[in-house]
Amino acid sequence: MSGPELFRNREIVRGLADNIARLTADLSAPLTFMEVCGTHTMAIARYGIRSLLPPEVRLISGPGCPVCVTPIGYVDRAVAYARRPETLIVTFGDMLRVPGSSSSLMQERARGADVRIVYSALDAVALAARHADRQVVFLGVGFETTAPTVAASILAADAQGLTNYFVLGANKTIPIPMQVLSADPAMAIDGYLCPAHVSTVIGAGAYRFLAEKHALPCVVTGFEPADVMHGLLMLVRQHVERRCAVEIQYSRFVDSQGNRKAQALLDEVFIPVDTAWRGIGVIPQSGLAITPRYAAFDAEKALPVPVEEPREAPGCLCGEVLKGKVMPPECPLFGTVCTPEDPVGACMVSSEGSCAAAYKYGT
Amino acid sequence: MDPDLILLGHGSGGKLSHQLLEQLIIPTLSGKASTEQNDAALLEHAGGRLAFTTDSYVVDPVFFPGGNIGDLAVNGTVNDLAMVGARPLAISVGLILEEGFSRRELGEILTSMRRAADLAGVSIATGDTKVVPRGKADRIFINTSGIGLVPAGLTIGGAGARIGDKILINGTLGDHGIAVMARREGLELDTDIRSDSAALNGLVADLLEEGDGVHVLRDPTRGGVATTLKEIALQSEVSMTLDEESLPLKGAVRGVCDLLGLDPLYVANEGKLLAIVAADAADRVLQRMKRHPLGTEAAIIGEVTASGGGRVQMETLIGGMRAVEMLSGEQLPRIC
Repeated sequence: MSGPELFRNREIVRGLADNIARLTADLSAPLTFMEVCGTHTMAIARYGIRSLLPPEVRLISGPGCPVCVTPIGYVDRAVAYARRPETLIVTFGDMLRVPGSSSSLMQERARGADVRIVYSALDAVALAARHADRQVVFLGVGFETTAPTVAASILAADAQGLTNYFVLGANKTIPIPMQVLSADPAMAIDGYLCPAHVSTVIGAGAYRFLAEKHALPCVVTGFEPADVMHGLLMLVRQHVERRCAVEIQYSRFVDSQGNRKAQALLDEVFIPVDTAWRGIGVIPQSGLAITPRYAAFDAEKALPVPVEEPREAPGCLCGEVLKGKVMPPECPLFGTVCTPEDPVGACMVSSEGSCAAAYKYGT
Repeated sequence: MDPDLILLGHGSGGKLSHQLLEQLIIPTLSGKASTEQNDAALLEHAGGRLAFTTDSYVVDPVFFPGGNIGDLAVNGTVNDLAMVGARPLAISVGLILEEGFSRRELGEILTSMRRAADLAGVSIATGDTKVVPRGKADRIFINTSGIGLVPAGLTIGGAGARIGDKILINGTLGDHGIAVMARREGLELDTDIRSDSAALNGLVADLLEEGDGVHVLRDPTRGGVATTLKEIALQSEVSMTLDEESLPLKGAVRGVCDLLGLDPLYVANEGKLLAIVAADAADRVLQRMKRHPLGTEAAIIGEVTASGGGRVQMETLIGGMRAVEMLSGEQLPRIC
């Protein structure tokens, strides 16, 4: 047994779950852990991990779905670009269906806009090279995992002398919002399952302040089911032993320093700025803006376009869901007005959104 | 959402496709609110029952590992006939070509259509060709219609699943969708994932020889196994439980799915059938499947557990339970 089979092995997962149940059996109050990353949310739903946990362990989803936290005004701006015939929009697939104030990229594509889906930002640069007569706008959405590739695309476009490649930036960083959630007295979080891939870039050391200042256990955890169960067991152990530390479950890929090369790319192309998170509000220094040196590639600066006034859908509780305060089925729109076919909020759209996970895999 | 817009998701084979069918196409064309939705219609005539079906093919790219749009168009229509238990008799071929398409490639496509028809034992009886200006179609679109004869006394349809029935599949999931996707995205894979495009009428004939234990047959094309089983559960008014561990899956397909964030349960197949079979006949039907060249990796993947509900759930690899819903939106557009 090796690779995925090992991390999806029934006996191993069951053994870990039994340990969790044994350690939590005598607790006076249940433990609430937040999985910050949307990929964890999806893995937990897809493998039915909740159904294997004792009632003493509650999992809530955090703001780690990049599509879900992208503000509606950003979608409106992307729609405004898509409506210009000289523009070619390039995006990761999930952005397509996210509803803006009055339209979505999917609707614009059906009306004739040129919207292409790629799996890598470098494919967008290649499209710009092939379509010299078009303005190619790449939607730079994502956390520290995708941000280095967006940075690399800007450097590649610069090296190739392209003047028709632009990034509409909404890249964000993970640790600071976790601090905001930890400081919120309404949140009763007992620990974090920290993201796997983001942590390969930023390193586990980036979460140290959560353990030290907020007394919250943190475990950097992989995305396979045995990883998730093991990460939860490590969190439970810290509680039982009354410790607060940053531990690394996903040690096969993550260390405390992270990927220096990727960090250097981020430092070269981006600077931290205050940025808006859909449903949460502005979080200081949690966004990545393109530095003045590469301003020619910054769509917002280089390609001014009139954008409609943002209007959030009434009744949508995405913000509360993203903060883990409301479980998806508790939203009055869930499954009735808001479905993956006709989403109201972004949490129902993204393949990593907690509402989409709850809708697709049940709760 | 602007309700006037036709979206790509309306062609995904998932929920939006169902909505379009039920809200617009079926009521407008049939004058009825809803009709029984099977892979082929059954027409009574003096000599017995005819099955009649049609399907259009718009796959991009036109050539992919393991096949091309031509054999896909023949096999797909043959399979739709086979899924109601019909013996395919003849098919029609409508070609829509884009100005500038290659004659050589057209020849190659037609040759593979002929070969597929020969293999399936069906004749291409009639056809039509149109050419539209450049940009008004994408290279080549093909429509095929087919008729077949249903043996007397045989009733195979989506409404036949009963409590206790076993759910069988004749091989690995998702090969076609992933082969097309990998070619389209230019994924440079070391492994050779090929489309499973194949005519299933021979396999179906074998299975039907095993007696009347076969209650439902359906090919899990667009929307994949998940969407197809959900359709059957709704149509038969039963609930089902799948066992993820028993789902046959090639390692390379699982790898690409992991890489692209896809769920193989929702990826299209073009040479697979789901058979819902009485419990006491399941092992016999499984062995018969395994003896057929298109069924060597056949498996029992779940069972019908309750009446009512239309629910499909799955015991996951790790022993957890989760719901299985229809495909939402588009996962892999234009895979057939």
